[in-house]
Amino acid sequence: MMISNLELVHGQHIREHLGLVQGSTVRSKHVGRDMMASLKNVFGGELTGYTELLQESRDEALQRMIAQATALGANAVLNVRFSTSSVAQGAAEIYVYGTAVILESD
Amino acid sequence: MEIVVLLLLLILGYVFGSWNERRHYRSIIAREAALMHLPAVSSRIAPARPAQQVLVCGSVAVSVDYFKRFLSGLHMFFGGGLTAYESLLDRARREAILRMKAEADKLGAELILNVKYETASISKGEGDSVGTVEVLAYGTALLPADASRRV
Repeated sequence: MMISNLELVHGQHIREHLGLVQGSTVRSKHVGRDMMASLKNVFGGELTGYTELLQESRDEALQRMIAQATALGANAVLNVRFSTSSVAQGAAEIYVYGTAVILESD
Repeated sequence: MEIVVLLLLLILGYVFGSWNERRHYRSIIAREAALMHLPAVSSRIAPARPAQQVLVCGSVAVSVDYFKRFLSGLHMFFGGGLTAYESLLDRARREAILRMKAEADKLGAELILNVKYETASISKGEGDSVGTVEVLAYGTALLPADASRRV
């Protein structure tokens, strides 16, 4: 499965558009991470716990999108975009979407 | 008593916060120089040569220190530029780009196209003050067509 946020692939053309595919996760941090975060709120600096949390969620959202695209029989997802929103204090939603297509060599 | 705690937090925030920021900037500048060979551009048009495309991301969550937060609280009262947050966002964006580039470099990429940023404030402190921002940078890395993908 090819994942790209471009719309065109050199040497290949789109045989079929299969529509939008998406994946999302909502995660919240655990207490340990939150305590570290309040410490960092005093000293400033990177919140490694949060970075990891968001990365994991992003990977999972991507996996869900890929699963959807695979189910549709796509071999690539083009024009992928990410979106993040904080739903509640300490919880974040990660949303990934793109266009599932079947690519064919020219 | 509360005044003492506040002052202590302010001093700790100021000392560690500025130390942290200086250290971070030094590391950013060094890594930026090391990754100069891999350009990341926001253009969407790929060069007309066969290449593999791989999505690459880099993200970072950083927090502002207590002193700056206090200062920006005062600033917000009077209005005007919040320089304290400007440097926070600048650091976060450059760090995110660097992480994305590092991932692409590991794959053997020669160019990153269509770079986009996504910024979210993940923790709102008291009175809706922004404390932590998360920045994600993502783009499409172009790998030479013959490169064996090492994902």
